[in-house]
Amino acid sequence: MIAEAGHYALVLALALALIQSTVPIVGARLRDPALMNVARSTALAQLLFVGLSFVALVTLHVTSDFSVANVFENSHSMKPLLYKITGVWGNHEGSMLLWVSILALFGGLVAAFGNNLPLSLRAHVLAVQGWIAAAFYLFILITSNPFLRIANPPIEGRDLNPVLQDIGLAVHPPMLYLGYVGFSISFSFAVAALIEGRIDAAWARWVRPWTLVAWIFLTLGIAMGSYWAYYELGWGGWWFWDPVENASLMPWLAGTALLHSAVVMEKRNALKVWTILLAILTFSLSLLGTFLVRSGVLTSVHAFATDPTRGVFILLILCLFIGGSLTLYMWRASALKQGGLFAPISREGALVLNNLFLTTACATVFIGTLYPLALEVLTGDKISVGAPFFNLTFGPLFVPLLLAVPFGPLLAWKRGDLAGVAQRLMAAGIAALVAIAMVWAWTSGGAALAPLAIGLAVFVIAGAVVDLVERTSLFRSPFATAMRRARGLPRSTWGTAFAHAGVGVALIGIVCETTWNSEYIGTMKPNDVARLAGYQLKLDDITQRQGPNFREMLAQFTVSRDGDKISVMTPSKRSFTTRGSSTTEAALLSRGASQLYISLGDTAADGGIAVRIYHKPLVLLIWFGPVLMAFGGLLSLSDRRLRVGAPKPAKIASKPPRALQPAE
Amino acid sequence: MALWFVFALMTAAAIFAVLWPLGRARSDAGGTEAAVYKDQLAEVGRDAAAGLIGSPEAEAARVEISRRLLAADDTERNIPVRTSPIFRRAVAVIALIGLPLMAVAFYLPLGSPRMPDFPLAERTRAPSASEPLDNLVAQVQAHLEKNPTDGRGWSVLAPVLAKLGRFDDAVTAFRNAITYNGDNAARRADLGEAMSAAAKGVITAEAKTEFERAVALDADEVKARYFLGVAAEQDGRAAEAASIWRAMLAKAPPDAPWRPLVQAALVRVGGPSLPALSDDTMASVQGMSADDRSAMVKGMVDRLATRLKQDGNDVEGWLRLVRAYMVLGDRDKAKSALTDARQAVGSDAGKLQQLNEGLKSFGLGG
Repeated sequence: MIAEAGHYALVLALALALIQSTVPIVGARLRDPALMNVARSTALAQLLFVGLSFVALVTLHVTSDFSVANVFENSHSMKPLLYKITGVWGNHEGSMLLWVSILALFGGLVAAFGNNLPLSLRAHVLAVQGWIAAAFYLFILITSNPFLRIANPPIEGRDLNPVLQDIGLAVHPPMLYLGYVGFSISFSFAVAALIEGRIDAAWARWVRPWTLVAWIFLTLGIAMGSYWAYYELGWGGWWFWDPVENASLMPWLAGTALLHSAVVMEKRNALKVWTILLAILTFSLSLLGTFLVRSGVLTSVHAFATDPTRGVFILLILCLFIGGSLTLYMWRASALKQGGLFAPISREGALVLNNLFLTTACATVFIGTLYPLALEVLTGDKISVGAPFFNLTFGPLFVPLLLAVPFGPLLAWKRGDLAGVAQRLMAAGIAALVAIAMVWAWTSGGAALAPLAIGLAVFVIAGAVVDLVERTSLFRSPFATAMRRARGLPRSTWGTAFAHAGVGVALIGIVCETTWNSEYIGTMKPNDVARLAGYQLKLDDITQRQGPNFREMLAQFTVSRDGDKISVMTPSKRSFTTRGSSTTEAALLSRGASQLYISLGDTAADGGIAVRIYHKPLVLLIWFGPVLMAFGGLLSLSDRRLRVGAPKPAKIASKPPRALQPAE
Repeated sequence: MALWFVFALMTAAAIFAVLWPLGRARSDAGGTEAAVYKDQLAEVGRDAAAGLIGSPEAEAARVEISRRLLAADDTERNIPVRTSPIFRRAVAVIALIGLPLMAVAFYLPLGSPRMPDFPLAERTRAPSASEPLDNLVAQVQAHLEKNPTDGRGWSVLAPVLAKLGRFDDAVTAFRNAITYNGDNAARRADLGEAMSAAAKGVITAEAKTEFERAVALDADEVKARYFLGVAAEQDGRAAEAASIWRAMLAKAPPDAPWRPLVQAALVRVGGPSLPALSDDTMASVQGMSADDRSAMVKGMVDRLATRLKQDGNDVEGWLRLVRAYMVLGDRDKAKSALTDARQAVGSDAGKLQQLNEGLKSFGLGG
């Protein structure tokens, strides 16, 4: 009964989504509040039914009901409970159900907490959500139904895939989906604004929290996916420019641009048409990501699905929504009122610059990801566009962007004073130069670009600090006054500072890891010692151990430095006999933000074992940066105050005191 | 039935969600853009008061926001609110008829409403007679294909195969269990048993060798010794069989579960005088419950009947069987046994005479 009730709930959700996607629009045309409010109750009911459906699927997985094909194919009664639950979204059908559940969750949140929205805007937004939801319900019910039954249920399920039994992979897809799907709200708002033909600063105010939530989750999701690949796949790499990774990076880049241009729109009523376009593009890229991962056009570690009907169906959804929204945009955008004007050197100008670089970077990733696919479709040649392409294109785009980051928050709205800002950033510049000099002296030679890149990162971090110092006038006024001003600062200002500093922190990690990463690859026998970056790693012995459903070969290393024993590391290799597969469990040892990383290879005939040891200086900063960024986003999200970008008047009657800064 | 009730409830909830806003006389008007700009104005005032922005900037901001406020007020005032009863009624009809129709139209071809849930916990508690065991066996076999040296797996699988009647597979499985899980008397005996079962109960020379090996490994291996007795019986050496079994009973603990079986076998070869039965069996029989006792007796009688079907020359056996049925109160079976007996010995006049003499005392008539 649980399976069938879950199935029926999903069908009801589809029916409700269809009503939600039509009735409110008719209501908005007729200006009938009751019809418009149908959007709200159906969105909530839809959330209820999808929720029921999802809970039903989880229950089926937990009770190992193998009469459900999805459970039979992807679960096993011997799995630990946690992985039975997370296995729900470890497969295609379940993850699509999670996708629509999150979509319904966002729709429900707009319905429940959108009291401050004008009635017709809310009706339109929810109707657009209803279109998206209906398309995906149809997709699930027709091509990837998780509730199909098996007439003669087998006694045991098939899957115990050891690679997927990992906590990182359990948490990372829901995070990413919250990000992907969260941008659907921005998209719905944009399409609703186009349908209504009206857009104003208030629009940006209403859409702000949704964009921020989506961005925070996407940031964390990407960082977590990267860390998972780092420790589980055993290659020691943290970003592979894999199409699936790129698929999540593209909406992030576009979403970051959207976040910034929406600020301009909210505060200054400018860049409206561009913001709408960005909102459409961001969600389109999310859909593209879903398509790339879910259709199986890619063959990588992430690709589970291989059914062509699915691919075609998602491609249709993709064309319908992206094509439809862009057509609507072309048709209606010219009718939208243009917003306020600003000088090129101003906060708005800086944000436009930011948008230009971010969208260009996004475009390069887009080309690098889709060009090989297009080429394969057209000519049948398989090429791979790897790190060299992205390093050559993506890197140069990010350098000027990062150089500009500290300037942005310090520039005044409408008309800025670049010289004045440069003067105030002097301290940050000096810090950066000192950092360059120190790194240069310390490493003496080696990669010439690395100290410069670190200097850039320091400049970004110091710039964020300078921004805060300026706003609180920390060194100009008494400490108590500065503290009072710090408390009075909007939390979104703190958020900006943290997020920008996070970018710098991540950059330091990336530069250090790629430049001074040292490795030892060789075959070791017990009592051999490997020397790496000042550490001595002695292989004590190799032992065999029987795990719950695997055999494990454990190697024990004693790590010492200058003769002092520091710690013991035990990397292992597990072989799962039931499935005939094996996984590498790398051993990680954190020393500050740096890490030692050991992963085992194959055993040689003479009892030696292939070992790869890496020393990765400051590698943890790569993930600490995004966490800092997400924290900044959270701070900004918690700031419910209205935002005003007070413009700098053209003629200044009396020179204002230097301490006065434009408000956030 | 409960499922349809749940479906109906869910459908009703969905319909209600659509109808609810239609039925409400007054609904909230929602927020306005003007409200946002008014809040922004207040915010500018607060920022200016806190000294976060200077007064010229604040003034410029106020001018800009007021301009937006005026524009927003204009557009919003132009929107009259109307009610359109026809459309509301149309939506209500769609909800009441269209929604359930659509849900059913989608669900019926996709769903399997007649199928109950099969949570694993319940299924293992009450295994249905047919498929699950086969599935399990198939799985274990698949596992063993990949790991042919898993002795424990073979040991688990073999008896299950034997129980399922797949004796040839069971023989292979027992052989593998011995190879990979170690040789012992019990496994050799099981192997022999599976071999003789595969040969439809005949203790083949091969099986006999296994039983002998088992006894060599452990002289007290019960199963092997019993089957060696059976082998002797089948070879026509009834006395040897009887002596093997007597020796077993003599050594056996009084509560050994296999006692009745061996005693029945002994009865089979030992003729009407049952010296071993009187002492040992009676002792154990007295300790039994009524059910166990009658089960034991029935078992003995059945085995006798089976043997007589194969070898009908034993007049004494037939007489014992008929008497047993009379004692058990089964006149019909006694009569049919009598008919069988007449047919079996029919060619031998002397034996027929003996049979008829014996039957007189039973009062069965002709």
